Amino acid sequence: MEIIKKIFQDKFAKTAFLVLAILYAVILFADFIAPYSSGYSNRNLSYAPPSKIYTINEKGKLSLPYTYNYVREYDENLMQTVFKEDKSTKYFIKPFAKAEGYKIAGIIPTHRHLFGVREGGEIHLLGTDINGRDVFSRLLFGGRISMTIGFLALFIVFPIGLLYGGISGYMGGLLDILMMRFAEAIMAIPSFYLLIILAAILPSGMTSTQRFMLIVIILAMIGWAGFARVVRGMVLSIKEEDFVQAERVMGASKLRIILKHILPQTTSYVIIAITLSVPSYILAESGLSFLGLGIQQPDASWGNMLKEAQEFTNILYRPWLLAPGGLIFIAVLSFNILGDAIRDILDPKSIVRK
Amino acid sequence: MDNPENKTSDIKGKPAFSTFKFIIKRILQTIPLLIIVSMISFFIIRLAPIDPLAELRLNPSISQETLDKEVHRLKLDKPIYIQYLSWAVSFVKGDLGYTSAGEKVSTKLKERIPNTLLLTTIVIFMTWIVGIPLGIFAAIKKETAWDRILTVISSIGMAIPSFFFAILLLIFAVKTGWFPVGGLTSYNYNEMSLCGKFLDLTKHLILPVTVLFTISLSGLQRQMRANMLEVLDSDYVKFARAKGLSEFKVVFKHALRNAVNPMITLLGFEFAGLLSGAALTEYVFQFPGLGRLILEAVMKSDINLVMASLMMGTIMLILGNLLADILLMITDPRIRTGAADGNH
Repeated sequence: MEIIKKIFQDKFAKTAFLVLAILYAVILFADFIAPYSSGYSNRNLSYAPPSKIYTINEKGKLSLPYTYNYVREYDENLMQTVFKEDKSTKYFIKPFAKAEGYKIAGIIPTHRHLFGVREGGEIHLLGTDINGRDVFSRLLFGGRISMTIGFLALFIVFPIGLLYGGISGYMGGLLDILMMRFAEAIMAIPSFYLLIILAAILPSGMTSTQRFMLIVIILAMIGWAGFARVVRGMVLSIKEEDFVQAERVMGASKLRIILKHILPQTTSYVIIAITLSVPSYILAESGLSFLGLGIQQPDASWGNMLKEAQEFTNILYRPWLLAPGGLIFIAVLSFNILGDAIRDILDPKSIVRK
Repeated sequence: MDNPENKTSDIKGKPAFSTFKFIIKRILQTIPLLIIVSMISFFIIRLAPIDPLAELRLNPSISQETLDKEVHRLKLDKPIYIQYLSWAVSFVKGDLGYTSAGEKVSTKLKERIPNTLLLTTIVIFMTWIVGIPLGIFAAIKKETAWDRILTVISSIGMAIPSFFFAILLLIFAVKTGWFPVGGLTSYNYNEMSLCGKFLDLTKHLILPVTVLFTISLSGLQRQMRANMLEVLDSDYVKFARAKGLSEFKVVFKHALRNAVNPMITLLGFEFAGLLSGAALTEYVFQFPGLGRLILEAVMKSDINLVMASLMMGTIMLILGNLLADILLMITDPRIRTGAADGNH
């Protein structure tokens, strides 16, 4: 592929591409990489700090990496619960350790995880949340939702936007005016206001899959109008071209001309718009879930994991709960850099931007 | 248009009239837009499976009689188009109804809108003061270390989620104790002197302004850089350079004017983005603005309040775009003469 070759010539774009590739690989194999399932919880370990991993043992010698379990104690001087390491038992970190069962690709059942400790031990690379759930594992499972919801929304936005803009631009006249006024009206509502209202009217008591799909649809309802308007503008100029006129003279139907001849001309714009708009959907989902209107517990998404950061004590004393914010940042940054690079490659007019 | 005499008359004689006509036309265009928006939002909210009286129904001290009165007042017993019409009539009259807590919606809005406007105006003002020069600077220093650094910083600014950044700043504020956390004014605001009031307001505004400023600055800086590069690449700038004008004159006298025009169009979009971004920022900082109001209203399913604040947000957005258009017309003569309408 020409595009990928060119991406690899640019240092920044290459890094961004690799980061995204790693992120997607990690969330794809989340079951395997995460030591716990997203629902696993240890009620005795709520808000435990990240496990410390030792590679030098108490005699000062190099050792295989091991960790200790945390025990919760109440410190009467400090008047709060503290976590102390139980130094009596060492738990070595084993590759391909046996733990909770899952199915590889949903088919092959197995108990092996990338790493883990023997039974009785606990390893929490990024600590635990209020329910004693492993933050690291939930981060990976949450990524599945946060990193795919944008793409899924785009699968709805683009067909609708293309068709809407295509019909509006090609037909012209009263239909065009009506369709564009409607699109403009959607754009005139502050998008985040519309987003929270739509999310708030979702009935409660849906399964998590239903809720996920509806959030995707809601995100799509915000984005299509702006896209349709740009497509219409492009169609207006394309429809004057000779090949379209020729097609019309030959008696092709309007829908055929729009779908087969006009819309394919917008491909490079569509590719640019897709990569540049994925980040805004990731941000919108995380914002929505942060407010408690998006993906709901017990499902994990980066936004709803950050919901815990709304409490002062959490952000001050449990900084590991902020980890999802870092990942959102990395994902969005990578998409932005990649999107810029793809635009420079596909749109020669913007070469000055380089 | 080729006749020079014609051109001068265009610039000297017509503007006052065409400016006026243009503004009237734009204002008239917003009316159908507002009607469609109100219909969309009304039907979304009313057709939703939420009970606007749920809170009242759960309250044992509220009698069936009062409930019936509420049903009658909100016209919940009538078909939906009648509900819409009665809502629209009272909205136009300026009667926005009552919140579920019994307060007047209009008082609530009067309290919150100025705060959000204050916040967004400061942010827009600051981003322009900083972003435009930075954009020009990056364009002039294209492909130098400076440009690279600015690109990296602006990419970071664009990628950080507003609410996450707000949380980080909150940690900072709590740890250092330098800034008050939450709200817009201190509890003893009314007893302060004018100077003290100003200082107090500033202190409360610094954090939310910083969040929104950082996020919108990046986009503005990048856009300005791109515009400037495009203009610097154009023939008339090359010609100005060939004439032997100083680089300063080329950039600030010739290139700048044309590079800034597209930015004015963006001003409307920036305002829209700020209204949305402000909602989350206001929420994290407990800032008493429109965004937080609508959020609270949504959580309580307070229909009158949601409807009214949604309409107000939309009106603010449309007015913002209108202002940007008028400003653009003042700075760009092509719009006045209709040359930019496609019939050049």
